[in-house]
Amino acid sequence: MLGQYFPILVFIGIVLALGTLMLMANRLIAMKRPDPAKLSSYECGFDPFEDARMPFDVRFYLVAILFIIFDLETAFLFPWAVALRTIGMFGFCSMMLFLGLLVVGFIYEWKKGAIEWE
Amino acid sequence: MIHQAILTLIWIVIKIVVILIPLILAVAYLTMAERKIIGYMQGRIGPNRVGWMGIMQPIVDALKLLLKEGIVPTKSSRYLFLIAPLVSFTAALVTWAIVPFQPGVVLANINAGVLFILAVTSLGVYGILIAGWASNSKYAIFGALRSAAQTISYEIAMGFALVGVLLAANTMNLSQIVLAQQGNIFHWFWLPLFPLFVVYWISGVAETNRAPFDVAEGESEIVAGFHIEYSGISFALFFLAEYASMILISALAVIFFLGGWLSPFAGIPVVEHWFAFVPGMIWFLLKMTIFLYLYLWMRATFPRYRYDQIMRLGWKVLIPVTLVWIVVVGLMVELHVKPWF
Repeated sequence: MLGQYFPILVFIGIVLALGTLMLMANRLIAMKRPDPAKLSSYECGFDPFEDARMPFDVRFYLVAILFIIFDLETAFLFPWAVALRTIGMFGFCSMMLFLGLLVVGFIYEWKKGAIEWE
Repeated sequence: MIHQAILTLIWIVIKIVVILIPLILAVAYLTMAERKIIGYMQGRIGPNRVGWMGIMQPIVDALKLLLKEGIVPTKSSRYLFLIAPLVSFTAALVTWAIVPFQPGVVLANINAGVLFILAVTSLGVYGILIAGWASNSKYAIFGALRSAAQTISYEIAMGFALVGVLLAANTMNLSQIVLAQQGNIFHWFWLPLFPLFVVYWISGVAETNRAPFDVAEGESEIVAGFHIEYSGISFALFFLAEYASMILISALAVIFFLGGWLSPFAGIPVVEHWFAFVPGMIWFLLKMTIFLYLYLWMRATFPRYRYDQIMRLGWKVLIPVTLVWIVVVGLMVELHVKPWF
């Protein structure tokens, strides 16, 4: 069973090695002429004003939370979709109930403007 | 025993190399095709200097990137900065381990294929976020935030679209999903799942941050987004990752909705036999090129979306459409609508 996944592990190893090799080749071959201006972060020719890691819009955070809810929903839907022919009408109706609850939540957050970007 | 294990390992490595080399060549020539096709669409001829008709252009580009200085900004987090392109690159390439090219021609024929795809493709967001954070540059951080929010928004729509495919195919194994579409061209899932097909394609384009959803790297406003501070080969890794995932999205669209390696002439009395000699892989690759061409065509045609419009399309159009169609497909499965279910 797990043997099926072994080639994937080897694949990950080879891809990582390939990427590292390319990075290292770049280090070795490419010329290096460091310069303070070249190594500063790009800000349209100005010296960077302040640290870039500043507070950001809370809506990005909100999107991340909504994503977790909906991704969990997807995680529930996947096994349901594969098993639907076995669990029949009962399974279908229970999932509709669950989806109905989530849709109510979705409508609520829509009305509250959680997915509004002006 | 150990002898046997080493032989198996070598065999696996050979298979991986046989997948990886054509893939990287395909990425190289996709960039070439992009420049040529968009060039002709805009009344230019595109690159034509290096080699016959510019055929060596991508090779020379790769060499150039290899020889360029790899800059690590002084204010960046050094190690994260170097790891980010590796994460993106790995996440984009590893999914190819389970793509079936033809019956039996697949590296790992795992049963949880669709789940694996969703899991691994979402790892790509880490590469983008780490790059944006580690660069410690304002453009990079804005680009990374936008890109991450956009990717996860469209991932939901994409996941829901895949639920429809699973409902129709009754399996998560990619090869069996293709086999479930056997018959003629109207048995392929694009017909019963048409809205999901469209949603999958749109969210696929948005997931890969391609035009018209490329605000994350919009040249005219945030210059290049999350990879602004990258140069040399670490930039090339991001580039490879982006194009490899474009090819992947095309391949998956073919597997999920256009019958994978199945011949489009199957089921038509006489014509079917004329094309019987064509191996399945050729059909698979031909169908993929349709989607790849669509990527380039869309880039040449559509102006860039505004960010609020992107989020509105994802949350308020695509997700409701997929939710409704999942219910419809579920009902069709329950009622055994012929010929698909």
